[in-house]
Amino acid sequence: MNDISRSDNRLSMEKSDPGRRGIRFKNTLKAKENVPAGLARKTAPKLPELSEFDVVRHYTKLSKINFSVDTHFYPLGSCTMKYNPRVNEEAAALDGFAGLHPLAHDNAAQGTLEMLYDLEKRLCALTGMDAFTLQPAAGAHSEFTGLLIAKAYFAKKGQDERTEIICPDSAHGTNPATAAMLGFNAINIKSGPDGRVNPDDLKAHLGNKTAVLMLTVPNTLGLFESRIEEIVEMAHKAGALIYMDGANFNALIGLVKPGELGVDIMHINAHKTFSTPHGGGGPGAGGIGVKKHLEEFLPVPRIKKESGTYKTDFSCPDSIGKVKAFFGNVGVLARAYAYLLMHSKKELGGIAENAILNANYMKSRLQEVYPSYSKDHCMHECVLTPPSELTAKGLKTLDIAKRLLDYGFHAPTIYFPLIVHEAIMIEPTETESKETMDAFITAMLEIKREGAADPQLLKDAPHTMPVKRLDEVQAARQPNLRW
Amino acid sequence: MFSANTEKDREEMLKAIGVSSIRDLLKQVPGKYLYPAFDLPETSLDEQQTARRMKALAARNTAPLSFLGAGAYERYIPAAVKALISRGEYLTAYTPYQAEASQGILQTIYEYQSSVCALYAMDCANASMYDGASAFGEAVRAAVRITGKKKILCQETLNPQYLQTLKTYFADSAEYQFVTVPHKDGLVDPEKLSALLSGDTACVAFQTPNFFGLPEDAPGISEMAHKAGALVVTAADPASLGLFAPPGEYSADFAVGEGQSLGLPLSYGGPYLGIFSCKKEYVRQMPGRIAGMTRDKDGKRGFVLTLQAREQHIRRDKAASNICSNEALCALSATIYLALLGPEGLKELALANARAAAFAAGKLSAVKGAALKFKAPFFNEFVLEVGDAARLRERILAKDHIDIGLPLKDLYPALGQGALLVCATETKTEEDILRLEKALRENI
Repeated sequence: MNDISRSDNRLSMEKSDPGRRGIRFKNTLKAKENVPAGLARKTAPKLPELSEFDVVRHYTKLSKINFSVDTHFYPLGSCTMKYNPRVNEEAAALDGFAGLHPLAHDNAAQGTLEMLYDLEKRLCALTGMDAFTLQPAAGAHSEFTGLLIAKAYFAKKGQDERTEIICPDSAHGTNPATAAMLGFNAINIKSGPDGRVNPDDLKAHLGNKTAVLMLTVPNTLGLFESRIEEIVEMAHKAGALIYMDGANFNALIGLVKPGELGVDIMHINAHKTFSTPHGGGGPGAGGIGVKKHLEEFLPVPRIKKESGTYKTDFSCPDSIGKVKAFFGNVGVLARAYAYLLMHSKKELGGIAENAILNANYMKSRLQEVYPSYSKDHCMHECVLTPPSELTAKGLKTLDIAKRLLDYGFHAPTIYFPLIVHEAIMIEPTETESKETMDAFITAMLEIKREGAADPQLLKDAPHTMPVKRLDEVQAARQPNLRW
Repeated sequence: MFSANTEKDREEMLKAIGVSSIRDLLKQVPGKYLYPAFDLPETSLDEQQTARRMKALAARNTAPLSFLGAGAYERYIPAAVKALISRGEYLTAYTPYQAEASQGILQTIYEYQSSVCALYAMDCANASMYDGASAFGEAVRAAVRITGKKKILCQETLNPQYLQTLKTYFADSAEYQFVTVPHKDGLVDPEKLSALLSGDTACVAFQTPNFFGLPEDAPGISEMAHKAGALVVTAADPASLGLFAPPGEYSADFAVGEGQSLGLPLSYGGPYLGIFSCKKEYVRQMPGRIAGMTRDKDGKRGFVLTLQAREQHIRRDKAASNICSNEALCALSATIYLALLGPEGLKELALANARAAAFAAGKLSAVKGAALKFKAPFFNEFVLEVGDAARLRERILAKDHIDIGLPLKDLYPALGQGALLVCATETKTEEDILRLEKALRENI
């Protein structure tokens, strides 16, 4: 790896110049620290030694070799890469919110508690659930919380034999992974030919061992489970709970209340539906909504309102306890709350309507060249496949994705859902303009022409990025994970 | 509200799709579920009204002079950290799935992993977990997976939030055995630890400085654990590592920490940063994202997400963890913070904390009716004995607008109602501490 280390894109550590200083902490207090000899650090950590200016230039330069929603169309399916309003950022950064210690006395935290209380209430109204907790830090963490609640519910009912979680094969990987983490057996059911749950197959798997049916609505093909009523009834009859993965709630917001579908537990992702930024992979914020019969199991603390004052309540004997230290990702939730304030109920419905319209527009313009998995209209996203003219030349979805980068577009989600061979999953969201979508469509059509004429051009793509295609196999075989 | 579509755009798109209304696109949804009644406001706020409303709410948090610590610490956040992480290129990117278009984020993750390894003196680190407590839970899970044993020793003075989260991370089976190692004068009792260690112990999981602010004899604990064939999982406050031995210096197998100390605001508990690192032999047991250095087809250095065969999107129910989104932007804050401080700054930070707490302890323990609970050295927080801590806290908060710290009676009944955990970080000045001293003197 030494020859690589000599190239010009140096790490902060490689720019280090001993003796340079960024920030200092001058100490004026007259007191002596007490570090027992055996516990003192022996060797100083090899952190970079840089001036503040060095640091600012280094990280500003790095930011310039990165796609983001602010700079590029980012149609990642199931990730809901919508615009992140800047007023949300200002709100979350207010000293009153950002400076609040998580163990602050309730009397000193009324503003944050009121915000969280009202956010829970609005989410209940929006989803048709009876109670919400906002403690999970992300979507997968919400699933963890939700399935813990289910586990506690069955334990209290004396139904420990319910050890199975049913997930369709189109589910996000987090669903079976979460089930396994909590000691459940993940049971995979095959999607029907239309991409939806096949009620007959479901029926064959439901029984007195079933704890939860996990459904993503709409599913990862962008399809609503049209036979939801039948599915829910069947699962409830078997004594199971319905968990709705809300990753795709952007398709339902203001249009459908999952609680009315019969869902018992659902999660939301603040960083998807509620416009909080993804930050290069987090922080997100989750939330779990439950029906009345599951409220007692929610994590502590709950937020209560008593004669105009908000209180944190830890006295919940059947609570599952804590899924992380303190409260949730409150800084992210403040952004989601500001976003909700800016939408009336009608405007909330407009989010889903425009997201669905945009996705169907993309699908209808592209599907003649990039065949769609489903012939139906889609909800907020669609799943396409590569043209046979390209696959015949040995080209793959990956090659199309990499070529899109040269056109200045982030690639869609690729190779997911797993049930679609060479999947290209596109979610434009409601905030992209027709102009941008048209430019993307033109690029996709152009790439098809390019690939048919000169397959190597796609195989070698990208051509215009800071690096060419990277060797992932070497990265995994000989891991170089640190300087 | 933030949709760009005009009425004209909508018409053109509907026409291109071949339908006459959006309703036509929704036929797959049974009609009875569509457009239900919502108990939500008929009107929305504009941007200015929203900003005003949020400001009013923030102002209802009364922001007293605070001496709270207990796992979350008031810190000075350098202006350059805030400026850089506000750049849209970082803020609004997603997980770097397309490596060639995400070299900026990927390089910062690699630098983050490198900084964590340097700070904790460990071999490898992942791209981040949700917070210190969940990182601790995942590390103990890894230790249990590796050893195949189910007995977990935890110190009595582990942050109760960590202990509760840890137990939640082991809800999959009733077979796990959590055993508490009692403290003696605030520190792990080595004799009790020795007696509790046995061949079926998966790991000793402990925190240093511990919940009472006291650095444990981590090298001693680690040696005893390893001799008994158990792994060592340590949680260490990164700010303490400018002065105190890092986990790698005493051969910890897994080292985690709450990265909030590295340039993140308190924000009532999140978003924080779960630091996760381990010895190289356990790299494939690490949960979460990992960035690696590789080369492109021209041999140029580049970065990718790697070792993905551990992760949920590939392994599904066989994955090491279910984690997907992590705390990337918080990890970036920590990376920039550490680059600004460097080794010298880190030492100064640790000293500023240790001295502020030492100064506070000196002043406060001289107040009549107050005394230090433990004799052992402390880092930036300590337990003070004050009579009725909870009552005193309420009174001084209302009267003097000071939060004197966390009463420990509910968490540690054996310490009695007088125990108060007081924290002073680099943000506390002499004047602040004298204000606290005066308030205690007047109210005890």
